[in-house]
Amino acid sequence: MATYSDPPAESFRLSQLISDTRYRSYTFQFVALIALFALVGYLLSNLAQNLAEAGLNISYAFLREPAGYDINQSLIDYNSQSTHLRAAVVGVLNTLLVAVLGCAMATVIGVVVGVLRLSPNWLIRKLMAVYVEIFRNVPVLIWILIIMAIFTAVLPQPRDFRGDNAEASMLWDMFAFTGRGFYSPKPLFGPGSAVVVAVFFASIAGIFAYRRYVKKKLFDEGKLLPMFWPSVGLLFIPAIVAFFVMGRPITMEYPELGGFNFRGGIFARNSLISLWFALSIYTAAFIAENVRAGILAISRGQTEAAASLGLRPNRIMSLVILPQALRVVIPPVISQYLNLTKNSSLAIAVGYMDLTGTLGGITLNQTGRAIECVLLLMLFYLTISLAISTIMNAYNNAMKLKER
Amino acid sequence: MKKSVFFGALTVAGLTAGAAAAATLDDVKARGQLNCGVTTGLVGFAAPDANGNWEGFDVGVCRAVAAAVLGDASAVEFVPTTGKTRFTALASGEVDMLARNTTWTFSRDVDLKFEFTGINYYDGQGFMVPKALGVSSAKELDGATVCIQTGTTTELNLADYFRSNNISYEPVPIETNSEAQPLYLEGACDVYTTDASGLAATRAAFENPGDHVILPEIISKEPLGPLVRHGDNNWGDVVRWTLNALVAAEELGVTSANIDELANGTNNPEVNRLLGTEGTLGEMLGLDSDWAMRAIKAGGNYGELFEKNIGENTPIGLARGLNAQWTDGGLLYSPPFR
Repeated sequence: MATYSDPPAESFRLSQLISDTRYRSYTFQFVALIALFALVGYLLSNLAQNLAEAGLNISYAFLREPAGYDINQSLIDYNSQSTHLRAAVVGVLNTLLVAVLGCAMATVIGVVVGVLRLSPNWLIRKLMAVYVEIFRNVPVLIWILIIMAIFTAVLPQPRDFRGDNAEASMLWDMFAFTGRGFYSPKPLFGPGSAVVVAVFFASIAGIFAYRRYVKKKLFDEGKLLPMFWPSVGLLFIPAIVAFFVMGRPITMEYPELGGFNFRGGIFARNSLISLWFALSIYTAAFIAENVRAGILAISRGQTEAAASLGLRPNRIMSLVILPQALRVVIPPVISQYLNLTKNSSLAIAVGYMDLTGTLGGITLNQTGRAIECVLLLMLFYLTISLAISTIMNAYNNAMKLKER
Repeated sequence: MKKSVFFGALTVAGLTAGAAAAATLDDVKARGQLNCGVTTGLVGFAAPDANGNWEGFDVGVCRAVAAAVLGDASAVEFVPTTGKTRFTALASGEVDMLARNTTWTFSRDVDLKFEFTGINYYDGQGFMVPKALGVSSAKELDGATVCIQTGTTTELNLADYFRSNNISYEPVPIETNSEAQPLYLEGACDVYTTDASGLAATRAAFENPGDHVILPEIISKEPLGPLVRHGDNNWGDVVRWTLNALVAAEELGVTSANIDELANGTNNPEVNRLLGTEGTLGEMLGLDSDWAMRAIKAGGNYGELFEKNIGENTPIGLARGLNAQWTDGGLLYSPPFR
């Protein structure tokens, strides 16, 4: 077709929008876009009209008014005279707290179970399979309720600790496990404790430096220095020495039975613990399957090659298989983290005041601003989910096979 | 994805808002059934019996309205609602009226756009504790763990009361009354607080009601009454005057036993107007002349409903107290039927 190597430029005609395959798809996309906007516009105007007819308006002024209710667990200062906005922030922090704790615990359990599901030991393998199937196939709300019910029914209540021959007693006079939650000693930081804390953090940095040194030594000179005990020593000894040098600035506040409850110490409420535990073991069952899939995705030749180099099974797993499996495992685990965070909105079932409980529960009810509150709730969960996936995607990119 | 979630929610919001405005009386008549929002179960006020039939003091109000409007006290669909879902259910048109021991407050009336059609129970918030705790006053509750139903006025009153008395407490929010009971009984909370009538009803359902005491402090005013949506005044009138008819019937000595006899005509013109043998009150409401008679026959007058469901001879055992007729020193006072 040498004759038409440079076709004459045709002027654009409107009919080309339909007849010409080069433009047709753009036309359809444009029409669809217009239709979408029209639909959205209709829905919005319908909403506005109906709200106006009902005499309601969208207003966020209520966020600045005093909330009027108390929240049992708050990570920041809060009382009933604080604003609804502050109550919402308390809820956000509680959601994040249980989400972070849950993700951490679910990952640990999930990885261990996932690895053990492939164990050569028949009993362990089957037990783990039973665990995964049971926890994966019962709704998480049921797990939350069951764990909370067992928690309150089985553990002794504070009143059982009372009296001379009490039915229950504290563990080492430091920990109390009650149906209302766990009480543990709380460190009180006196003057000079900053030094101890600084030394502690410095020794953590020291551990990392030491590990790097050990690794370098191993790679450069082939010498394997002990890793575990020096790390433990580094962690504790400098901090303990600093503690005594500074004249024991950190003291412990022990929980004591007073009035109706234990007082003092750190109080982890039954609602937090059962929600945390339920979300963790539920999500861990899914993560275990992801981990198993990741490990199975690594060709068996890798294991055999590592074995032929003389590596022991534990080391094969931690040095050869898991680092490679991680690339397969991370993307599905991201979505499990998102699920766990969103599932934490079931918290109200056990009276844990997360964002759904404060902003989407009591605030919504007391102010009657349902649309405003629900929009804010959606915005929050959307933001937090997108943030988690951004962070995890960045981590995923860092772990990805570097192709050169 | 961000957009689709947002717009999806708007759609839902837009659709629910659309269902609200209409003539409820016509809707109920056309449907042949009254949708009445009640509690999820509070013995004496609204709870299904062993055969699944709803009964109770609030249920009686629903049945009276159904009898007045539809002529059939059983033409009621009872919709159980929690403290959190009740207002949405009413605002969206899922129920025609709410008879769910709901406190009449300024913001609910004005800001949430509801219309309280009267007060069928004058209540106040109280505390229940196990006798074994040895507590005799709410002021001794410093540091106690308190179970509360969320989404109610009680949690606001509670915060105010403990704050003004400068004592601390640990709130445990609970969704419904039935969830609160096991937590309280197992000792996960020391105190259960709600309206005093609700406490009495809850305690009556316990295995050993005698092991629990209701503290003397009443920390709030809780006028409980039925409510309807704002803006449908005709329907509001029907519910309001049905309730007034029950109250007036007690004052005028009209009971379910003697109503047939009195309906033949009496010397008291107000009784005649109430029962429709004189005047056109029913017509003004958009109903027939026998409307009040049917309402009273459905479960008896106010006093009969009270005695049957929550009175002193029932397990709940509430005294009339503030809920006696004004002629007996109570607060019940129906405007005249004229």
